[in-house]
Amino acid sequence: MKTDYLFLVLGMGIVTYLPRWVPLIFLSRSRLPEWLRQWLDFIPAAVLSALILPALVTTGEPRHLTVFQPALLVSIPTLIFAWKTRSLAGTVIIGMALFWVARRFFS
Amino acid sequence: MLNPAYSSHLKEGIGAAWPICLGYVPIGLAFGVLAHNAGLSPWEIGLMSLFVYAGSAQFIAVSMIGSGSAVIPIILTTFTVNLRHLLMSSSLAVYLQRLGVGPLSLYAYGVTDESFALNMTRFRDGDWDWRRALALNQTANLAWIVSTIIGGYGGQFIPAGAFGIDYALPAMFICLLVFQIRGGLYVVVAVLSGLLAVAFSLFFPGNTYIVMASVTAATLGVFLRKWFDKGRDSTEGS
Repeated sequence: MKTDYLFLVLGMGIVTYLPRWVPLIFLSRSRLPEWLRQWLDFIPAAVLSALILPALVTTGEPRHLTVFQPALLVSIPTLIFAWKTRSLAGTVIIGMALFWVARRFFS
Repeated sequence: MLNPAYSSHLKEGIGAAWPICLGYVPIGLAFGVLAHNAGLSPWEIGLMSLFVYAGSAQFIAVSMIGSGSAVIPIILTTFTVNLRHLLMSSSLAVYLQRLGVGPLSLYAYGVTDESFALNMTRFRDGDWDWRRALALNQTANLAWIVSTIIGGYGGQFIPAGAFGIDYALPAMFICLLVFQIRGGLYVVVAVLSGLLAVAFSLFFPGNTYIVMASVTAATLGVFLRKWFDKGRDSTEGS
């Protein structure tokens, strides 16, 4: 193995680890003000939505809008199923099955 | 011997990781194949998965290696791509109060989009603790490392698109987003964040749109809550 590569993965590892580590260490041992707690309380919903929606309605690099794609179509019944059943296992399986079917019709 | 209570925690944590593993295996295999094509050996691939453990950053790094990039630009890109974990760890910290530096440092290693989403939901439901969460993290981690190494031997052992497996993680995210909605304000924040993310993703390169959209939407959520609470106080006062 080349030392260059070792240096590369070590560097990548450190810059990935620090943003994961610093907030855990510092925020878990201080009393958080109420506004910060509220803000952090909104973060999961905000992050999840920001992760999902662009993946459903954009494609390519640089990204452009592609609204008519199986991923978006399937997301609607998947969302309704999740809402009604509140079952993670069921939602993952239904989502996969619908996507499998939808892709056959699209291609 | 492991304390029996801990071993049941371990089992629960490992068991809860299945949707993540289901999603990581095809992506890990695909990554391994790409990395193999970029000239990396299975051991080099495994080393990157162990040290970095971040899917999208690893994909970008391998494509940069393939195009002959220098080391520093790859490290800088990795940093910006993974900055979003700052938000996730901050949010997780609320549930990991008064934990020692050792367990926290180990926990930090396993923070990914997927483990964050799943553990956060479990913590909020209340039947979860750091031991179970850590077991979940390390199970997902193992699935990632192993599948990238297997892919590195040049095998796409699961045909692309089979059984809709590509949709395992999107479906999981959709479901976990639904679980996060606990009132109208959460719907507003989620919709706003999603729309902002789409808009930002069209104009800014890379994945900085995730942090920009989440921070903006969560901040607006705090102001909206303050505004609503004020409205309620004044009507109660009258």
